[in-house]
Amino acid sequence: MKRKKEKRKRAGRITAFCLIIVTIIQLFPLYWMFTFSLKSNKEIFGGNIIGLPENWEWNNYVKIFEKAHLGRYLFNSVVVTGLTIAFTLVLSAMATYAIVRLKWKLSKLVYFIFLTGMMLSIHAVLLPLFVNMKPILDTYWALILPYVAFAMPTAILLMVGTLESLPKELEEAAFIDGANIYRVFWQIIMPLMKPILSTVAILTFLSSWNEMMLAIAFVSGEKYKTITVGVNDMVGKYSTKWGLIGAGLTIATIPTLVLYVFLSKNIQKSLAMGAVKG
Amino acid sequence: MERALRDKKAICFFVLPALAWFCAIALIPVFQSAGYSLLDWDGIREAKFIGIDNYIEMFQDPLFFKAVWNSFLLAAASVFIQLPISMVLALVLAGGVKGENFYRNAFFVPVIISGTIIAHLWLKIYHPSYGLLNLGLEAIGLETWQREWLGDGNTALAACFVPMVWQYIGYHMLLFYSAAKSISPEIIEAAQVDGATKFQTSCKVIIPMIIPMIKACVIFAIIGSLKSFDLIYILTNGGPVHASEVPSLLMYKKIFITNEYGYASAIAIFIIVECLLFTFIVQKVFNRLQKE
Repeated sequence: MKRKKEKRKRAGRITAFCLIIVTIIQLFPLYWMFTFSLKSNKEIFGGNIIGLPENWEWNNYVKIFEKAHLGRYLFNSVVVTGLTIAFTLVLSAMATYAIVRLKWKLSKLVYFIFLTGMMLSIHAVLLPLFVNMKPILDTYWALILPYVAFAMPTAILLMVGTLESLPKELEEAAFIDGANIYRVFWQIIMPLMKPILSTVAILTFLSSWNEMMLAIAFVSGEKYKTITVGVNDMVGKYSTKWGLIGAGLTIATIPTLVLYVFLSKNIQKSLAMGAVKG
Repeated sequence: MERALRDKKAICFFVLPALAWFCAIALIPVFQSAGYSLLDWDGIREAKFIGIDNYIEMFQDPLFFKAVWNSFLLAAASVFIQLPISMVLALVLAGGVKGENFYRNAFFVPVIISGTIIAHLWLKIYHPSYGLLNLGLEAIGLETWQREWLGDGNTALAACFVPMVWQYIGYHMLLFYSAAKSISPEIIEAAQVDGATKFQTSCKVIIPMIIPMIKACVIFAIIGSLKSFDLIYILTNGGPVHASEVPSLLMYKKIFITNEYGYASAIAIFIIVECLLFTFIVQKVFNRLQKE
């Protein structure tokens, strides 16, 4: 009995050791990015590549933020992602309401059409959109239109599942009280769907904030570039200045990391849910 | 109320905006792509209808085959390397260890970071003279292993694969973990009362019960690899000499560099069909597995 206990203890220690190694592998590159963002080139090429910085060059952050217009790019990303999320939530919720609660013949067919979107990918529409959207390339809309279109299928799938399981009593009572259908949707359905709306918002945030292929293809002007493209340009411009690049990469990572710190549980739940349904 | 729910105007109001948006931006362009794939077109001069010539050209193009082969290698590596690692981590964590939540949160961090940033970070890790990898090899006395990881045709593709694994291990771990956690504790306790060790419980009880999730992850891993773009675009741009070329990158170059719109569309259609085909095959294989 005692030996068994000891054996188990040793197994536990080995597991813990392996888990710590994996943690280091997963986090060390990020730690490293942060440390070299605070070093001068002299320090990096002079041998201190892995250690903590000797002189903490916070100046790198100020410099790259101003020089590479990171503020502008972050602002653009916020606008694009924010509008994408807003449109996705409202339009998908409306379509969901029509599909689940309203009574019309084609509702099944329309639902099916949206679901086919799950199998489409952005690759397949890159060129046609590039051709169709010529007049609006280099604007926020060049990104918002496709991001919303490709976020809606998952959003509708998740929302339909949720709304189907919600009881109808509240809506019925509201109708009896004389509310019209638009008010029922806005004041009863939307609040009831809040949890699933936040899940969809998180999924949409991650996919549009991080998207790159359309962002580099559709927006080339300084004015509307998002942070992913901005980071690309920055690295090209300052390719030999490690400290500046590190600082730029760190700045670009911070918004998502902050979000993760506050919402890690929700984010993980949302991604798991998106996967199960998808 | 019944009348309100049948109101045609209301139905249009609720469904048309989303439907029109989706059809105009996602659905119709796919058919457009299919149409373009039958054209000889550079986007400037008038397009000429050439039937399936683009597809014939594509299937005779060694570069296209190289790209498809590479994407298959990536898919195989994700399924047979990445998923097993994620599975082991998920089972260990779900089995209950000290700091379960901490580990889960830590492994998951790279998932949410943009592929662009990760690619640039790994460019630095692979840097021949000052990168973490070569320095690490030097530190443990393996100088002979040092090389220009991304510039060497033999290692470029593998060097692109490693950051993919690094980034998405946490994602698949989370999916396996949440599936394993949703199994009722009584079933697991019953197994343990019968004298099963943790390892046996994992293999004989948990894994068979989360097969639907394994199926989903296999599909995600394969499709993700077949479509991979961001990381490779930045790390190697398909080089050196196309050693790490993949279909979506090839398509991108055909559109924006050589202006072969017809050929590029043929590749786009190929990618969609290929993904559908693989999804279908994986579904079939797993359905058979589940029956047994």
